Amino acid sequence: MPSTILLDIGFMAMLVVVAFSIIRLRSLFAIVMLQGVYSLICAAWFVSLDAVDVAFTEAAVGAGVSTVLMLAAMLLADRDSKPVPMSRQFGPLLVVILAGLAMFYALGDMPAYGDAHSAANSYVGMDYMAKTAEEIHIPNVVTAVLASYRGYDTFGETVVIFSAGLGVLLLLGLNGNAGKWRAQPNGVRISKASAPAARKRPMPKDAPQPTQKPTPKPAAKPKATRKRVTKKTGEKS
Amino acid sequence: MTPHVILRVVSKFLIPLIAMFAFYVQFHGDFGPGGGFQAGVILAASVILYALIFGLAEAKKAIPPSWVRIGMTLGVLLYGGTGVMTWLLGGEFLNYGVFSPEHPSHGQHWGILLVELGVLLAVASVMVAIFYAFGSRQPDLTEEDW
Repeated sequence: MPSTILLDIGFMAMLVVVAFSIIRLRSLFAIVMLQGVYSLICAAWFVSLDAVDVAFTEAAVGAGVSTVLMLAAMLLADRDSKPVPMSRQFGPLLVVILAGLAMFYALGDMPAYGDAHSAANSYVGMDYMAKTAEEIHIPNVVTAVLASYRGYDTFGETVVIFSAGLGVLLLLGLNGNAGKWRAQPNGVRISKASAPAARKRPMPKDAPQPTQKPTPKPAAKPKATRKRVTKKTGEKS
Repeated sequence: MTPHVILRVVSKFLIPLIAMFAFYVQFHGDFGPGGGFQAGVILAASVILYALIFGLAEAKKAIPPSWVRIGMTLGVLLYGGTGVMTWLLGGEFLNYGVFSPEHPSHGQHWGILLVELGVLLAVASVMVAIFYAFGSRQPDLTEEDW
């Protein structure tokens, strides 16, 4: 029994806890942060599995860059997700249960953890291990496989990344329309001049009561700063 | 942005180190874990951290969007171009051995270096480009908006 098995079980338990919190939460900011936590735990787990390269990537991409990107995407949308009615949750639940059952069914074909005769440890993988030292003369077999033996695959990956970037640039533009953008979140038209950050935004809860005298720009209370402009206040302005 | 003195000072100290670490990961990839992809993401993370702390406009002054656009293209072209070079030298596509016929392993080193450089350029540029694209679409938020 490997000594890290308790560590692995601990990491997986933490992953389950984080995943359930992500499902339960409504605040998108907290969800994005928890996704970063999830990636970081994954990265730690990969290190314990001796997959340092993967851990590296997961920590940098999953916990670092994608968290920031998700935050940026969240700012373009709402801060809270709306609860989904129960009646619409049975379909997804069915899909998840079926997929889970399929995975358990496939579990029998998986090699045992650390099996020396698993598919990854026999056939061509062993050839790479044996021949890298004499053919490529570099100690890191992962780099040899990625860049040389499987150079085609890596070229494909690079092109995929490039196309992803190209797609985003074609859709959004590198400068975000050079600051001349118009957006209508929640039906409120905002632009650079009348941007949400350009003035204090009133909240639905803290919006002036009907009995009060309506002020043109009601100063938001400190509590009010969490959410975005709603339709109600937007129509007024 | 002005109140975060500690954040600004610490990140000003850390950002060059992060960028340097990216290049260490890049050029040490033959010997330890890492390579072009990881290095590119780390390099992009240093730019993104700079943008988060000092604002997007400052980051765009440091790394102009045009560089990013050229970088992502250049990265893919460098990778593909290495393959075409091996073709022209009489080998198969991406068979780096032909770079140095007497010592194929040296040619492999050259090829891996070029290819990883292409990956670094492409990945770092694309990450920064996506961040610029998303980040430019909303005005800078005030402290309370978070």
